[in-house]
Amino acid sequence: MTEVPLKHDLGGSPRFRCTPVEPDDDAPPNDFDKRVDAVRSVLRDKKLFTVDEMRLNIERLHETEYFGLTYYEKWLRSVVAVMVAKGVVTWEDLA
Amino acid sequence: MAGEPTAESIALLDKLVAALKRRGVMTEEDIQARVASADRASPETGARMVARAWTDPAYRELLLRDGSAAAEAMGVRMAGNPPLGVLEDKPDLHHLVVCTLCSCYPRAVLGYPPHWYKSVAYRARAVREPRAVLAEFGTALPAGVKIRVVDSTADYRWMVLPLRPAGTEGWAEDRLAALVTRDHLVGVSLPALQGATQAA
Repeated sequence: MTEVPLKHDLGGSPRFRCTPVEPDDDAPPNDFDKRVDAVRSVLRDKKLFTVDEMRLNIERLHETEYFGLTYYEKWLRSVVAVMVAKGVVTWEDLA
Repeated sequence: MAGEPTAESIALLDKLVAALKRRGVMTEEDIQARVASADRASPETGARMVARAWTDPAYRELLLRDGSAAAEAMGVRMAGNPPLGVLEDKPDLHHLVVCTLCSCYPRAVLGYPPHWYKSVAYRARAVREPRAVLAEFGTALPAGVKIRVVDSTADYRWMVLPLRPAGTEGWAEDRLAALVTRDHLVGVSLPALQGATQAA
């Protein structure tokens, strides 16, 4: 079986070999971004959310979402998945 | 990826926060305090650490041995953050930091990461063709300088201690700190005196 790297394992990936890095893409985070980061940080300090849980649930996203959502949208999806899995909130809360 | 969230994402965040508040997990004040704290973190902190290391041998030793302790010595709260390591550039060795698996970044001392650091292109290419990536930032390393690419991870974050530019002998710490930018601390460019070439 050929080992195919997981989609988040991008080091050296030929897929983006010809994509330039855009050094001027430097806009500050918007209010949504900052709020997601803040919620994550409060949950971390309350021992409800670890960085490994965050990564696992970002890496589990479908490839379309992984490459389609904005950076902090992916964080939000991960926070939601973990909070539901731990019973901190329910899907009904989020419906 | 930069960009605006969808209406669906904004609604999801609102519902999540409302549920967390309703269940007593957090308050709006908790959230606002974190936003304010994250806004205060900036590359100026990392720049001050570098300038101090350039002028104070004991601090330099601490910075290279225990970056987290060195950050705390500058008044940065590191509790809850992964350990910080600092990579010492040498005349014949340059360091470049990337996080290939995600986007790990020492936010406590550098602030929010720029979009390019989180981009698939940077993550994919920094380890494969670092000199080409540096060139896109306008950086050409002098001949004979080796490059070491270091992967930041969820468990350990890295920052670069660049070489002190020639011609800054006798400068005060504040003046030195003003030379140092976020890009120098990640390693995509080198501090230099205004008007001097980067290879100087």
